[in-house]
Amino acid sequence: MSPAAPGVVTFVMDGKDVSARADQTVLAVAREHNVAIPTLCALEGLSTVGACRLCLVEIAGSPKLQPACVLKATEGLNVSTRSERLDKYRKMIVELLLSERNHVCSVCVSNGHCDLQSLAQSLGIDHVRFPYLYPSFAVDASHARFTLDHNRCVLCTRCVRVCDEVEGAHTWDVMGRGIRSQVITGLKQPWGESESCTTCGKCVQVCPTGALSEKGKSVAEMRKRRDFLPYLTQMREEHA
Amino acid sequence: MSRIIEIDPVTRIEGHAKITLHLDDNEEVQDARLHITQFRGFEKFVEGRPFHEMPSLMARICGICPVSHLVASAKACDALMAVRVPETGVLLRKFMNLAQIVQSHALSFFHLSSPDLLLGLDSDPAKRNILGLAAVNPAVARDGIALRRFGQKAIELLGGRRVHPAWIVPGGVSSPLTAENRDALRASLPEAFAIAERTLEWFVPLMPRFVEEIRTLGQFPSHYMAMLDENGRWEHYAGKLAVVNPQGKIVREIESARYQDVIGEAVEDWSYLKFPYYKHLGYPDGLYRVGPLARLNAAKGFGTPKADHAFAEYRKMENGPVTSSFHQHYGRLVEILGALEEMQAILDDPRILDTRVRAEAGANASEGVGMSEAPRGTLIHHYKIDDRGLITWANLIIATGHNNLAMNKGILQAAKIYVKAGKLQEGMLNRVEAVIRSYDPCLSCSTHAAGAMPLHIQLVAPGGAVLDELRRGA
Ligand code: FES
Repeated sequence: MSPAAPGVVTFVMDGKDVSARADQTVLAVAREHNVAIPTLCALEGLSTVGACRLCLVEIAGSPKLQPACVLKATEGLNVSTRSERLDKYRKMIVELLLSERNHVCSVCVSNGHCDLQSLAQSLGIDHVRFPYLYPSFAVDASHARFTLDHNRCVLCTRCVRVCDEVEGAHTWDVMGRGIRSQVITGLKQPWGESESCTTCGKCVQVCPTGALSEKGKSVAEMRKRRDFLPYLTQMREEHA
Repeated sequence: MSRIIEIDPVTRIEGHAKITLHLDDNEEVQDARLHITQFRGFEKFVEGRPFHEMPSLMARICGICPVSHLVASAKACDALMAVRVPETGVLLRKFMNLAQIVQSHALSFFHLSSPDLLLGLDSDPAKRNILGLAAVNPAVARDGIALRRFGQKAIELLGGRRVHPAWIVPGGVSSPLTAENRDALRASLPEAFAIAERTLEWFVPLMPRFVEEIRTLGQFPSHYMAMLDENGRWEHYAGKLAVVNPQGKIVREIESARYQDVIGEAVEDWSYLKFPYYKHLGYPDGLYRVGPLARLNAAKGFGTPKADHAFAEYRKMENGPVTSSFHQHYGRLVEILGALEEMQAILDDPRILDTRVRAEAGANASEGVGMSEAPRGTLIHHYKIDDRGLITWANLIIATGHNNLAMNKGILQAAKIYVKAGKLQEGMLNRVEAVIRSYDPCLSCSTHAAGAMPLHIQLVAPGGAVLDELRRGA
C-alpha cells in the first residue's frame, strides 16, 4: 500500500475503510458517510466542547471511549460507532438528562421540534429508570423578546458558545459545578437587564430544547432556525 | 360508639366515587357527601409559567373536554394581552367549541347514558354499556358512534389532532381554515343533523317511561347559571353570565370578568372539589346548577329554526324552569341540534377562510378572566401575571365544581328514598350512579370503562360509626 497523501488519513469505521483530512473529526467523517452518531452539544459552526458525551465511540485496543465530535481522524484508527455498550450509555445519558430537570414535552413550546425529544425517541427511551429530581427553577421572562426556562436546559452550552464566538457579545456563561451548573446571563442578572445582550436571538435558535424560546410562542410552536450558522461561518472564513 | 376511619387506597387509585350518607338521631339521612379524592393542583403548579403556555397546559386537565379548557384559557389570555381576536379567529374557535359540545354530548348520551335508558338501570352491569346496547339496538349505538366521530373529526380537521390540539392559542388560533377542510366539514354535517333529529324522534316519546327517574333524579328547584348572548339566547363562547332564579327569571347578568360578584367559593375538608355558591344566598344555600339544564332554563331560544323548534317542545314539559336533572339527557339532544346549526352558519360565513386569525401581543394587563360554556356547564379561568407575563395566581371553576352542591343534594334525595331502617337498600348504587351521571361529571366518563361506575357508599351514624356499606368495583 502506498503511503497516504499529506494531510489525508485512512482509518476504519464500523469495519469499513474510510479516508479523511487529518484535521477532520470522526463525527464529521461519519456524517460524510451517512453514519448516524447521536449528538447534542455539538453544532456545526461552533467550537466543540465534548460536554454531553452522547457521541462516544469505541476505539479498538483502547478501553476508553472517546467523543467523536472531538476525536481527530488519525491514520490506523479503528472506531465503532454502534455497539450494545454504546447504546446502553447513550440511553443512560439521555435518561439522566431527563431526570435532572423538568422536561414535560406535552406542554413545552418545543414539543415536536426538540433535539432532546428526538434523541430520546431515536434511542427508544419510553421511560426513565432514574428518580426525577424535580428541581425548582424560576422562569426568566425579563427579556423583552425571549424567555429562559432552566427547567428545560440540558447545559449543552450552545448558547454560551454562539454568543461568544459568533455574535461576540459573551452575554452567556455557566455558573456552578456538576449537577448544580446553570447557564447565566451577565453576572447572573435577569436577562433583560444584561447590557451586553444585543437581542440577536442566536442563542434561542441554537438551543436544542425549549429552554430558550421566543416570547408569545404557545405549546409546540417554537421551531428553531439554524440555517444562519453555517452561512455566517462560511462567509466569515471567506472574508477573513 | 367507636369511630371507624376507613382509608381505602382503591378509592384513590381507581377513581371510585366515594359517598358517605350521614344519619341524624332519628335514623333519617340528613346529609350526603360525594368525596372527590383526586388532587390535581393545576392552579398551583402553573404559577411561574409564561402565560402564553396556559391554554395547552390547561387543556391537560381533561382528556374528554380539552377544547373547553383551551377556549376558556385562551380567552383569559386574550384579556391579559388586551387584544381583540380577529373575527375569523373567533369564528374558528367557536366552531371548535361547538364540535366539542357535540362530541361530548354524544359520548354522554349514547355511550354513557343510553344503556341505562334503554336497557334499564337494573340490567346486568356487564352488558350495560355501548356494546350491550349495540346488541339490542344496533341503530342507536351506530348513531352514537357516528355522531361522536363527527365531532372528533371536526376537531381533528381544525387542530391537526383529535385530543389536545394546541391550535387555540392566546390571541386567536394558530392556523387558518383551508377551503378543502371547510368543504370536508360541510360534507359531514348532513349526517350529523340526521342523527340528532332521529334521536330526538325516538327519545322524546319514551319520556313517560321515565316518570320515576324524572321524579327522583335531582328533582328540585334551584338557581341556574349560564352564558347568554346579547339577545338572551343560548351562547357558548361570548356574552354575559346570567343568574336565573327558581322561578325562571334572570336576576343578574354580569360580564365574565366580574364572576366573583355572584360566585363565592367554599371548601370542605372531605373533598378536593370546591363548592362554588351563589353569593347572594350564601353558603350552602346558594346552590345553583350549570350545564344543559341551566342553559336551557336561562336561554330564550337558539335563533335557529331546528333548535328553536326542539327547544320549544322541551320547555313545554314544565310551566317554568325544567327542574329535574334527568332532563339533561333531553337537553343535550336539543343542544346538539343548536350546535350543528351554528356550525353550519359558521361554515357558510364568507369570512371563514380569511387568513387573519391571530392577534399577537405581550402582557398588557395584569389580570384576565376567560369564560365559556363547556359541555357540562360554565367554565371559568382567571389568571394574574407579573409584569413579565409569568403567572402569579390562577383560579379555575369547572362545571363539575359548579354542580357540586347540586350533585350532593341529588344524592341526598335518592338516599332518602333508598335508605330504610339504617340499611342501604338494593338498587341504591344504580340510582345514585344515575344521579351523578345525569350531570355527566368528569369522574363518570373516566371510570365508566367497564359499564358500571365504581362506587363505594357508606352509611354513617351521628357518632361517625359506619353502619352499612355497599361497594362495586370497576
Ligand atoms: S456531541 Fe460530542 S460530546 Fe456532545
